[in-house]
Amino acid sequence: MTKNSKWRCRIWKGWAKKLDNTKKIATRESYGKTLLELGREHEDIMVLDADLAASTKTSVFRKEFPDRHINCGIAESNMMGVAAGLATCGFVPFVSSFAMFATARPYEQIRNSIAYPHLNVKICASHAGLSVGEDGATHQCIEDIALMNFMPGMTVISPSDDIEACAAVRAAYAIKGPVYMRLGRLAVPVINTDPSYKFELGKGVKLRDGSDVTLIATGLEVAYAVEAAEMLKAAGISASVINIHTIKPIDRDIIVSEAAKTSKIVTIEEHSTMGGLGSSVADVLCEEGTGARLLKIGVDNCFGESGPALELLHKFGLDAEGITASVRKWLGK
Amino acid sequence: MEIRELEKKANDVRLRLIEAVHSAKCGHPGGALSSADIITYLYFQEMNIDPKNPDKDDRDRFVLSKGHSAPALYAALAYRGYFPVEDLISLRHTGSYLQGHPDMKQTPGIDMSTGSLGQGISAACGMAVGLRHKGYSSRVFCLMGDGELEEGEAWEAFMFAGYRKLDNLIVIVDNNDLQIDGHLDEVCSPYPLVEKFEAFNFNVLTVDGNDMAAVADVFEKAKGLSGKPVAIIAKTVKGKGVSFMENDASWHGKAPNDEEFEVAMQDLERLGEKIG
Repeated sequence: MTKNSKWRCRIWKGWAKKLDNTKKIATRESYGKTLLELGREHEDIMVLDADLAASTKTSVFRKEFPDRHINCGIAESNMMGVAAGLATCGFVPFVSSFAMFATARPYEQIRNSIAYPHLNVKICASHAGLSVGEDGATHQCIEDIALMNFMPGMTVISPSDDIEACAAVRAAYAIKGPVYMRLGRLAVPVINTDPSYKFELGKGVKLRDGSDVTLIATGLEVAYAVEAAEMLKAAGISASVINIHTIKPIDRDIIVSEAAKTSKIVTIEEHSTMGGLGSSVADVLCEEGTGARLLKIGVDNCFGESGPALELLHKFGLDAEGITASVRKWLGK
Repeated sequence: MEIRELEKKANDVRLRLIEAVHSAKCGHPGGALSSADIITYLYFQEMNIDPKNPDKDDRDRFVLSKGHSAPALYAALAYRGYFPVEDLISLRHTGSYLQGHPDMKQTPGIDMSTGSLGQGISAACGMAVGLRHKGYSSRVFCLMGDGELEEGEAWEAFMFAGYRKLDNLIVIVDNNDLQIDGHLDEVCSPYPLVEKFEAFNFNVLTVDGNDMAAVADVFEKAKGLSGKPVAIIAKTVKGKGVSFMENDASWHGKAPNDEEFEVAMQDLERLGEKIG
């Protein structure tokens, strides 16, 4: 990302419809179907899974290309090394598991066998965040973005909906080098329906313009942020909404530009408030000397718990209502 | 290559690795000396490789899963023509392309970056799957430490290789019986090895890994096996060739001082003269 590159301002005008009525698709579904398309186009794609092909949706690829799908069993550390070895032979491995077992467990394997030699491995993890739901804290990875952010040379992508996830999977294939992609279990509203929508790696997407405060969200929180902006409007607060789908490298320009305009930034992520989107935005705000204030909304120094996904997002203040309340309290309005 | 020539080459590898570790004032001479014969045999006799075309797609691969034995690998690569032998003494120096542990991005001829124990074997499995998928008859040789077998990932990888019948994978265990804290039996023994590898669906061979003629025989035998990955348990002597380093765990990870260096070089030079 060059500091001078221009971000494109896209304001989605069709938000009138309630999210409840919009089509919902889990981004893991988007991954599975795009992987199948890519598999038809590129013979160098190998797909690796750790006994979760049905859940990560790589099973559709396996059905059509059984000899290019490698089930590594419940052994994620070895799976990362196998992917590294395949990459040294010119293959493009897509590795899948739940975010917890695709990042936290094999962390050092990813670091030393994939990131250090900068191998062309794509780690696409489903079941990220609290929206895993009933399985509870052991399976709700709220630190995957942070863990992958630390890796030198790793691209980190967190798509917001089906359209973005499909484009992101293609973008991940197109670039050389390791990529981490955060995918979800929960069906989420399809929001990037603007016909002019185009996924550009490393570019934030402006979904709504406002003057009082800027909401910067990632993943499924983007839809909630847009909804929260509507609720804030009703309370007399004008909010910009920015979708950051590429957390690393982050779009510095769009953050600086928003900070210059509203000087009040709110980051929203279904992830720890430490090391993820909020921290990445904080770095930019400080390094660029913006002087903007920052509110980080996320999972604040605690673990998740069991419960239906939507109830958990509500309980942790990560739905539109929760975001609105936090922002109003912060602004004192 | 004649056995005698290979022995001579292995001795040269030992001389140069001691020089390199002495120059670095740190490093891992013990395990490098124990594996020098096997690494020399692979690079000068066994493997289908071309130093002039190091990225040849259908070449054999070598993964030094016990990455701390890098000085032996670097010396073999240098003698094989991948880079100048004179550069070996830059080992571990700031700015050198000879890192403390193998780095495939910096050093010509290195097939995989390794150093964190237990990880190289997984990458070797990935290579074996990939090369087989491409229809190549290429083989993947993976040298592991015996202490390294205490890593759980190694057994995940063996399970994977055995289950997938990766008969283009040859795992060699440098069984010098010593790890940093002492004998394997005094730390957390991975023994018995033969039975364990058999249970993980490997063909298992054993050899004196410091006897070049026996090493040649065992790799010939391995060629005749199919249907399963091969494990070669190579009984070796840690510090082999340097009188005061042999069978002493304290030489796992330290460099000889100037006086010790002189003795080590004399030991190896004498051995070289004996080979003729």
